[in-house]
Amino acid sequence: MLKDVTIGQYYPTDSIIHRLDPRTKIHFTFLYIIILFMIDNFAGYVMAFAFLIGITLISKIPLGYIVRGVKGLVFIILITVFINLFMTPGTPIFKFWILEITDKGLEVAIFMALRLIFLVTGTSLMTLTTSPIALTDGIEYSIKAIPFIKNYAHELAMMMTIALRFIPTLMEETDRIMKAQKARGADFESGNMIKRAKNLIPILVPLFVSAFRRADELAIAMEARCYRGGDNRTRLNELKYHKIDLYAYVIIVLMTAAILSTRFIFNW
Amino acid sequence: MSIEITKLSHIYSQNTPFESSALCEVSAVIEKGDFIGLIGHTGSGKSTLIQHLNVLLKPTSGSILIDGVDINAKGTKVRDIRQKVGLVFQYPEHQLFEETVAKDVAYGPGNLGLPENEIVQRVKDAVNMVGLDYEKIKDKSPFELSGGQMRRVAIAGVLAMSPDILILDEPTAGLDPKGRDDILKVIKELHKENNITVILVSHSMEDIAKHVNKIMVMYNGKIEFYDTPEKVFAQADRLEEIGLGVPQVTYLMKELKKTDPLVRDDIYTIDQAKAEIINMLRRRKNA
Amino acid sequence: MKTMIEFKDVKYIYKKHEGEETTAIENISFTIEKGEFIGIIGHNGSGKSTLSKLINGILHPTHGDVIVAGFNTKDHSKIWDIRQNAGMVFQNPDNQLVATMVEEDVAFGPENLGIDPKEIRKRVDEALETVEMGAYKNKKPHMLSGGQKQRIAIAGILAMKPKCIILDEPTAMLDPSGRKEVMDTIKKLNREEGITIVHITHYMDEIVEADRVIVMDNGRIAMKGKPFEILTQVEKLKSLRLDVPQITELAFQLKNEHLIDDDKILTVNEMVKKLCQ
Repeated sequence: MLKDVTIGQYYPTDSIIHRLDPRTKIHFTFLYIIILFMIDNFAGYVMAFAFLIGITLISKIPLGYIVRGVKGLVFIILITVFINLFMTPGTPIFKFWILEITDKGLEVAIFMALRLIFLVTGTSLMTLTTSPIALTDGIEYSIKAIPFIKNYAHELAMMMTIALRFIPTLMEETDRIMKAQKARGADFESGNMIKRAKNLIPILVPLFVSAFRRADELAIAMEARCYRGGDNRTRLNELKYHKIDLYAYVIIVLMTAAILSTRFIFNW
Repeated sequence: MSIEITKLSHIYSQNTPFESSALCEVSAVIEKGDFIGLIGHTGSGKSTLIQHLNVLLKPTSGSILIDGVDINAKGTKVRDIRQKVGLVFQYPEHQLFEETVAKDVAYGPGNLGLPENEIVQRVKDAVNMVGLDYEKIKDKSPFELSGGQMRRVAIAGVLAMSPDILILDEPTAGLDPKGRDDILKVIKELHKENNITVILVSHSMEDIAKHVNKIMVMYNGKIEFYDTPEKVFAQADRLEEIGLGVPQVTYLMKELKKTDPLVRDDIYTIDQAKAEIINMLRRRKNA
Repeated sequence: MKTMIEFKDVKYIYKKHEGEETTAIENISFTIEKGEFIGIIGHNGSGKSTLSKLINGILHPTHGDVIVAGFNTKDHSKIWDIRQNAGMVFQNPDNQLVATMVEEDVAFGPENLGIDPKEIRKRVDEALETVEMGAYKNKKPHMLSGGQKQRIAIAGILAMKPKCIILDEPTAMLDPSGRKEVMDTIKKLNREEGITIVHITHYMDEIVEADRVIVMDNGRIAMKGKPFEILTQVEKLKSLRLDVPQITELAFQLKNEHLIDDDKILTVNEMVKKLCQ
């Protein structure tokens, strides 16, 4: 099921959403999450949903891709729904044994499910339309704007970049070590939990040793290439806002206002 | 211990957009006691092939018989095959994990479920076989050793399973000339004294030329040549075409043949070349 | 000619964690002129890797001085000038690429130097063209072959506009075609761009075309001279745990039997010429 989770995957194609500055998308996603938890009526959800559909269509990402992302989290959504359905006090509308569904419970459960689905879809949309490099840059620039932690922005971004760079390398390495130990008669498939965990030692130790060696060599190589932290560093591709980002911000603000206004206009 | 490979094909990620064919109907017979040199550039299918011999990969189609036993048949125990066929991966020292050399070498035989005294004996023999002093080294951490020593300990880890067939994937990669010669000497001795069938994957034509009795050349998932060194190295042009070369002296003899058509060009060691040049000079003197 | 690198009676002692000390190199003095192609050979543990790290200021000499492009590596205020002028390429192609995209990785050095983005763009494109990897600028490093990764690493150094490149066994982990790609690139940089090359290796055939060769043994310089002066001393090299190319070995044996008169033969063509005189 884990491989179905589309959060964090990138779907390369060319669309207006893909071309937006990563900061715009990061800010929008944050705002969208906040809004999702402020909506208290059905009309608000309809608007949030319409907005999401609109963005999905513009982004040219196949709907199936996004649906798959939600599917991967179906279990978590169901648990949330059940807890809310049976645990919220209010006027009972259905009763079976000790289980009791109230009108309030039903409302909260539905809203909670919608919130989670929209949240997953919204964040997936961001990662699906933003390459990991752009995302890292966007996070770095966004953090730089926050006073308390702005000094760590560069380090954080560098750590993310190196992690992204080495994940495929270490995955290949794990595969190679596993095969090498299998060739020495190792068995990773049978036995109880404790035995299986123990069987992983011949993989984990070499993997850690190799990761440390790589880290050491990489650090020397980076130093040899004049790396000295984020001060006075320039970038090949500096982030620059374009006109389309301005439009996007205007739309985001309008959407926020519209959705929040439903709090006052509708009270269901 | 003969290996019979019949129409072996392997397709990675079949039925996905990433589908790629790594082996295409490969057939070959490796006789007991053979010393085979396996060459081919990266991506030629040689590492896919050797992983099949150890049941680390299963064929998409085709079969492999070892001593008449189909290694992928339902009744065949994978563990038995892996005991019979020792596979030493590239940079095998990267698989070391135990606190001491002795414990690490004992990992393989331990997995075979052998009795304790048998394991100890095998570890001792294996460490000595790779030219290390068992008593001196057994309690050391494998991570304290030099690169060449670590590699030998890792090879001992496979030898301790007492395989009948030993496959080594570039066992000398990254070692200096002395380290390289030491490892090759160990392999040569294993082949001679213990009568182990050896398949040596190497990029060094000179090393291959010096040691093997048959060469298998792979290209694009197929076997391009499978013959004696003389016959394979005589195909210098084709070998170059597929991104490989021949030993330096073979190039030399080919050049000399242009001036004296009687010069043999199926020559690949220094001693052969010397003898042939002496012949050539003698001919010239007599003429 | 101007001096690029100078070692003055350099000694380096490694301190192990338990207070143990090992002398890695000792009594090392030599100079490398601008534009030279220097080969450094020696078996593993002979001190050749320590030598390379001393040039780049990653290590500092325990005794003596290392002068690079006129700067003493002991002068901490000049460390970035030294590293910019003397770039390094390492053995493992995987462990020196930082970024998730080829062009971003090539840009890493100039970014660290604080160069203007427009200039970085120009340098990245030029460097990738020089190593003939322009078509791969948007590829992910882990999708490339070993030889291609090393060429990207070289491009990453080139983009810093160095006067000298030190390569610490750059071909040790490559297959023959990868080795050839890297060697061709290095030779081209030396010939066409006039960049000083310090090539550390234990493949003898890679230093046949060098201007001068230094042989390291046990932390000291064991031999120094032109390739033919070094490579023809077959017995001495063997005693230093090294070997010689087949052709040189053959020439040595033929000379011992008085079949040819001199043994300054390093290549197949030289041998053919000699035998067909």
